[in-house]
Amino acid sequence: MTLLSTPEYERLAARHEHLLTQSTWKTCRAPLLATGLIVYFMFCWWFFSIGKVLGSANYSIAGNYLADWVSYEIRPELNIDRDGAITITYSRFDPIGPNPNPDWIKSETATVTRQPVASAQPEAPSASAPAPAPAPAVPAFNFMANAPKAEAATSITTIAKAPVTETAIVKSSIDLGRSAKIVVDHQSVILTRGSETVELKLDNAAGTVTAQAPLPTWVEQRMAGGRAYAYFGFAGWAEVSADRVRIHNRFFGWANFFFDINSAFFGKSPGEILTLVTSGPRIDSSQSNLSLAWNDILYNPSWQHLDVWSKLLQTLVMAFVGTVLATLLSFPLAFIAARNITRNRVLNQFTKRLFDFLRSVDMLIWALFFTRAFGPGPLAGISAIFFTDTGTLGKLYAEALENLDDKQREGVKSVGASPLVIQRYGVVPQVLPIFASQALYFWESNTRSATIIGAVGAGGIGLKLWEAMRTNSNWENVCYMVLLILLVVFIFDAISNALRSRLIGTVRH
Amino acid sequence: MNSSKMSGPVLSQSGQLVEQHWRELNGRRRTYTVLGSLALLIALSGSLWYANDANSGKFFDRLPHLFDFLQVFVPRDGMEIFRAMFDLPSPYDDGSLKYDYPDGRHYLTDSFYIPEYFYRMLETVNIAIFSTIIGALGGFCLCFLAARNMTPSRWLRWPVRRFMEVLRAFPEVVIAGFILAIFSIGPIPGIVAISVHTIGALGKLFFEVVENADMKPDEGLRAVGGNWLERLWFGMVPQVMPNFSSYILLRLEINVRASTIIGAVGGGGIGEALRLSISRGDAAKTIAMIILLLLTVIAVDQFSAWLRKKLVGEQSFQMSA
Repeated sequence: MTLLSTPEYERLAARHEHLLTQSTWKTCRAPLLATGLIVYFMFCWWFFSIGKVLGSANYSIAGNYLADWVSYEIRPELNIDRDGAITITYSRFDPIGPNPNPDWIKSETATVTRQPVASAQPEAPSASAPAPAPAPAVPAFNFMANAPKAEAATSITTIAKAPVTETAIVKSSIDLGRSAKIVVDHQSVILTRGSETVELKLDNAAGTVTAQAPLPTWVEQRMAGGRAYAYFGFAGWAEVSADRVRIHNRFFGWANFFFDINSAFFGKSPGEILTLVTSGPRIDSSQSNLSLAWNDILYNPSWQHLDVWSKLLQTLVMAFVGTVLATLLSFPLAFIAARNITRNRVLNQFTKRLFDFLRSVDMLIWALFFTRAFGPGPLAGISAIFFTDTGTLGKLYAEALENLDDKQREGVKSVGASPLVIQRYGVVPQVLPIFASQALYFWESNTRSATIIGAVGAGGIGLKLWEAMRTNSNWENVCYMVLLILLVVFIFDAISNALRSRLIGTVRH
Repeated sequence: MNSSKMSGPVLSQSGQLVEQHWRELNGRRRTYTVLGSLALLIALSGSLWYANDANSGKFFDRLPHLFDFLQVFVPRDGMEIFRAMFDLPSPYDDGSLKYDYPDGRHYLTDSFYIPEYFYRMLETVNIAIFSTIIGALGGFCLCFLAARNMTPSRWLRWPVRRFMEVLRAFPEVVIAGFILAIFSIGPIPGIVAISVHTIGALGKLFFEVVENADMKPDEGLRAVGGNWLERLWFGMVPQVMPNFSSYILLRLEINVRASTIIGAVGGGGIGEALRLSISRGDAAKTIAMIILLLLTVIAVDQFSAWLRKKLVGEQSFQMSA
């Protein structure tokens, strides 16, 4: 900025002294406020023990949860038998389907002579046996440890069987993302991340995992000879023990968004689905393929589309009905509360205190109260919004009525109109745009607050969100619902903005 | 008062034309009103039916029992409320959670304690104040970048506005739940959730104030070569500060309520205690807390109204959510 020279400044100061010298209060105000803020922040730091909480938080979990919003994991488990055979199983809840044979696992098979163990135990808890391993290759060591005693006894009695020769996996190579790779055979695990490579020696008999060289930061072994954990960033991580390698392979996207693994359409390309729906033979004889596909999408067990949509509709209904009812009730009440319209101080005061009461008892308390009264569901939410907003809208409407221009009323009165007609033609045309715009504003804001009171039990998508978050494993569903909510809120914002600008004639944005 | 029923003076030809137009307009408007009301009525009754259908208890089944349920919340005697509020021992104490008032005492020294619900209320109010301040600071920083008169570049303004919209519309429950998963139960999830929402909400109100500001001081500063920050600090801030502080105070009122609600979903403070005690049916505790909450909300509202009146005068009383 251009600065004044000293004589110029002094001349200016002589003429307009009162502008250049400020009162002590004005000069001190800003620094005082800043000091006050800093002191208050320090108090809050201590009061909420923020430092302690930040220090003890588990940030790696945060990263994982955040990644879960937009990605999913497939968790193959490689069991290494003592004789070198490897079996690959998947967790029952993996989104991979009944016949897993992903192209990111490459296995080498060889003929091995094995000492079979009578498979008295049930099959591994996988969806089914992996495709490239047809042999009943039950990993003996692992299962002996887990099996109930009786079954262990039967396997001991039948152990005298003759050794058989069969084909089994002896070496597996798993790609994680683009730059990470894990190669497993029965003696070693080779982990590659970028340009770094780590070799871990496995001793199945002794049950130890030993590193050949000092470990880089992305591989962690808490105890010498114990389990090792390798982290590959977003691509996933692996847990290496002497007889088992657990891999978490992370993929970008939402798994099975349309068709679940139990659906007949699972794993088919859009083209295949289209031909099936339009011209294919009926999969289920009782309904057409189109309705089967639509049903499979709606009742997809991991995404629950129909349930999510109906819960969202419930939330919208809560906001809509609550606001409309509140507007309808507060409209006549405001006429009673306004001093200049109802000339009765007792009635005025009574209505105004009623508004204050409804408003000040929180929406939360009303929501909790009506949840107990009506049971969880949108009725509780409607009642909570209705009660709180009758108070708030009533107060606003009464204030608007009290600030009314009296000339129109006088005009209507002077031609001898009845009291009701005076209100209809002298008052309502003046305040209706304001009233309607306020009601729209509350509708919009209630669409948001209906989500949160839903979470305390008043139904709607809030409750569903809260349930999805509690398990800490459905973050992708949370993301889906959040996107739906954001979409709906933006659409409603636009509608309400358009209506309001037509009503009061100002265009914002 | 329909003018067609009035016997007016005989009109000239142009007058008749005007009247005819007026009647057409009026008729069209009436049709729209009727159609609009009908649509609203259908939507309302449809929604009500749907809500009743989706609820776990049906409205007319539950209505007669509404007051039975109220009886649960009548304490055994009036003094019980007082004892619950101040953590005094109860004569009905049978070791259950319903009468364990002294257990929640929060000792500052050996003999001086803060009663549990006062402490919790203090926590809730502090969450509200703290997150209002953080939200106001954030909104202050963002609003100038979103205002047309301070940021002429569309490419900067557009993302800032959309960002604030997302902050505003992002469900608070999700933020609180996510932070809860990392930091476990305590006030921090509530603080973060409310602050994020406040940044978005205040940012929007702030930039509208900035866009409506008088640009003459700004022109003056530009004429003497002031840079962007100087224009902002000397030309804009003194003008908008009264309105800003009025909006901050309004937001504080809203946030006191919001922090109670967030508390109920695991964000600490009195909301959590209230939810527990309502679901357990602890009469005296519930009423004590409701009284405390009511008093606090009224006190905060009154204080904020008084301060706003002092800062900007009467026009500060427009509502905003």
